[in-house]
Amino acid sequence: MIAEAGLAALWIAAALAALQLALAALGLVRPAAPELSAAVRPVAIVQGVLAAAAMLLLIAVFQQSDMSVKLVAENSHSAKPWIYKIAGAWGNHEGSMLLWVTILGLAGGAVALFERQLDERTAIATLGAQAAIALGFYAFLLLASNPFARLYPAPTEGAGLNPLLQDPGLAFHPPTLYAGYVGLSVAFSFAVGALVTRDVEREFARAMRPWVLGAWIFLTIGITAGSYWAYYELGWGGWWFWDPVENASLMPWLAATALLHSVTVLATRDGLRAWTVMLAVVAFSMSMIGTFLVRSGILTSVHAFAVDPRRGAFILALLAIYIGGALTLFALRVGTVRQGRTFELVSREGGLVANNLLLSVILGIVLIGTLYPIVAAGFGVQLSVGPPFFNKAAGPIALLLVAIMGVGPLLRWRRDDLSALAERITWPLVATGVAFVVALLAAMPIGVLPLLGLSLAAGLAVASVAPLWGRNLRRTPLFTWGMVIAHLGIAVSLAGMACDAAFTAERLVALAPGQATRVGPWRVTLDGISPVVADNWSALQARLTVERDEGVRRLYPQSRTFSDPPTTTSESAIATVADGQLYTVLGQPDGQGRWQLRLWWKPFVTLIWAGGALIALGGALSLAGRLMRRRQEAVA
Amino acid sequence: MTAKNQRLTLVLLALAAVAAAALLALSALGDQAAFFYAPSDVARNGLPLGKAVRLGGMVEAGSVRRAADGVTVHFVVTDGRATTPVTFAGIVPDLFREKSGVVAEGQFRPDGAFVATNLLAKHDEKYMPPELAGKMHETKTLEQ
Repeated sequence: MIAEAGLAALWIAAALAALQLALAALGLVRPAAPELSAAVRPVAIVQGVLAAAAMLLLIAVFQQSDMSVKLVAENSHSAKPWIYKIAGAWGNHEGSMLLWVTILGLAGGAVALFERQLDERTAIATLGAQAAIALGFYAFLLLASNPFARLYPAPTEGAGLNPLLQDPGLAFHPPTLYAGYVGLSVAFSFAVGALVTRDVEREFARAMRPWVLGAWIFLTIGITAGSYWAYYELGWGGWWFWDPVENASLMPWLAATALLHSVTVLATRDGLRAWTVMLAVVAFSMSMIGTFLVRSGILTSVHAFAVDPRRGAFILALLAIYIGGALTLFALRVGTVRQGRTFELVSREGGLVANNLLLSVILGIVLIGTLYPIVAAGFGVQLSVGPPFFNKAAGPIALLLVAIMGVGPLLRWRRDDLSALAERITWPLVATGVAFVVALLAAMPIGVLPLLGLSLAAGLAVASVAPLWGRNLRRTPLFTWGMVIAHLGIAVSLAGMACDAAFTAERLVALAPGQATRVGPWRVTLDGISPVVADNWSALQARLTVERDEGVRRLYPQSRTFSDPPTTTSESAIATVADGQLYTVLGQPDGQGRWQLRLWWKPFVTLIWAGGALIALGGALSLAGRLMRRRQEAVA
Repeated sequence: MTAKNQRLTLVLLALAAVAAAALLALSALGDQAAFFYAPSDVARNGLPLGKAVRLGGMVEAGSVRRAADGVTVHFVVTDGRATTPVTFAGIVPDLFREKSGVVAEGQFRPDGAFVATNLLAKHDEKYMPPELAGKMHETKTLEQ
């Protein structure tokens, strides 16, 4: 019964989305009938609530291990811990699409509920656009990926969840990323709404900004957490693999980062109008391309668990409709978007334009590298594009972007003076130079990119706090703090990446129990191997003693065998210390009483994720500052 | 700068940036993309020296040998028509076994042997890398 109720909720929500779209369109065409427009907001709210109800009902079905529901039978198992039964609801294709639609519906409902400052016609057009997106994805769910389909006869036991996904990370990673993806749908809808009513003005930018910021924060958290998850779960010692699915989350982030900065120009200085609208369209297009790449099974990837060409074609069609439609609308209306205010090349706006151009270039490179294998396959050539390409092509541009990031916030709006600027960036330049010399002297041999990365990270760290110099810190607005902390986070993260690339020590050995080896400053002893058993897996566990000057620790890397479905995974064991991580992986026996061990000493690698957390924190402070300011304005 | 000129400048800048990205990406792709080879492609077209390559096929039965250091493995990859010897130092994937599909990432040596830096074995019982499935299929059709 629960499954049928969920399906009914989905159908009604889809019908409401159609109604919402029709009401918004009619309301805009016939301003004489205000009751049409007035009905849009309540319909949007109910639609969001129904989608959320469907999601909750799906979780309930998973919680009960109702094996007569096909999705549960294929992806769950009654012996699983309860947390993975809940998370398992979105650890598969259908469930994750339902989660997507749920967040989409809730976001639309939130716009309907809270957005009161925007011109009412633009708000209605925005909700209409949001309904149009929702409608397509409801159709996808109901026609091609019904999560509530029954299975007859019901099996007595389920097939289980992919062991790689049986991790607390699963509970949080997809919802966070989806919140980011879908948050960008709101920016997209705002842009479409503003184009429809020819209302691309500052107020539109101010209404859109919190949504862009919110989506960007979620994407940042999702990418950072996903990176750490892949780092410790895959046991390959790397933190970013340029896997197409990772790129699928990076591309919307790059576009959202650009949008975040251009929307600031529009809201503050009333410039870059058409460009901001364009970026809003691009950002959500990247979200949809990401969803398409992950969900179509077109890619070889650890993430691509849905291999069904029909679904790929369906999402591709949706993509073509929405992106094509929005771009057509843009082309038709861009002539009516009035020119914004002008600015000099050397100005805050100029810096932000450079930021946007460089981010667009990086986005273009990642997009081409990600899609190239698919296009090549179309011509019968099989190839893959990996880290060497992305690092070589995007790395130098990212470093240039970091350099500009240091200078940008020190520039004045509208026009600035080069000699005055030179004075302001003296200390960041000194920091860069000192870091460069120290790294060159102390860490030779070091690669060019890590060397530049370390120097620029030092310079950016100094430059990013420079906007606070000489200010009364208590009266500095929250969003200025947000910018400072987010930029500092980039410096911290970059330093971690450079250290990992430059200073990692790796060791691959076969040890018999009792033998020891060295990696970096650590001495690692294999004390023994013993079996371990848990609810739904058994494992061979190595007992390692790891020693450094300050003391002794024990680590227990495992090689786990899961029973449902039968699979083996490596569980790395990591010792985190103040200046980095020791990462250990247990391999196979060599047949002569020895065991393979793979060890990495990674100095300061933790800075990568600490930086990511700072970036997200900066975003959150900025968002809080903006929302408070908007509330004050609304009251005033 | 007048308003109209500024907009034009910005549009041109944006176009230049996009063109630069595309050029940069495509030129780098020429060097850096890893092409997929089956052993018989090598037999037919010669060795792709100095290039990153993905070599795919089946691990030949009885070919897996471990070196004395305990971490290096030697094995032979076959696609039914030709074979390539492969060397790999590292922890082999959990599902790496004889008579099972494998994709090795690495480079050829001038003597025709392949040095792998990474091995991808089929992910679970159902999974096979799509390009490998294609090659296997091709071999079968040719044999009929």
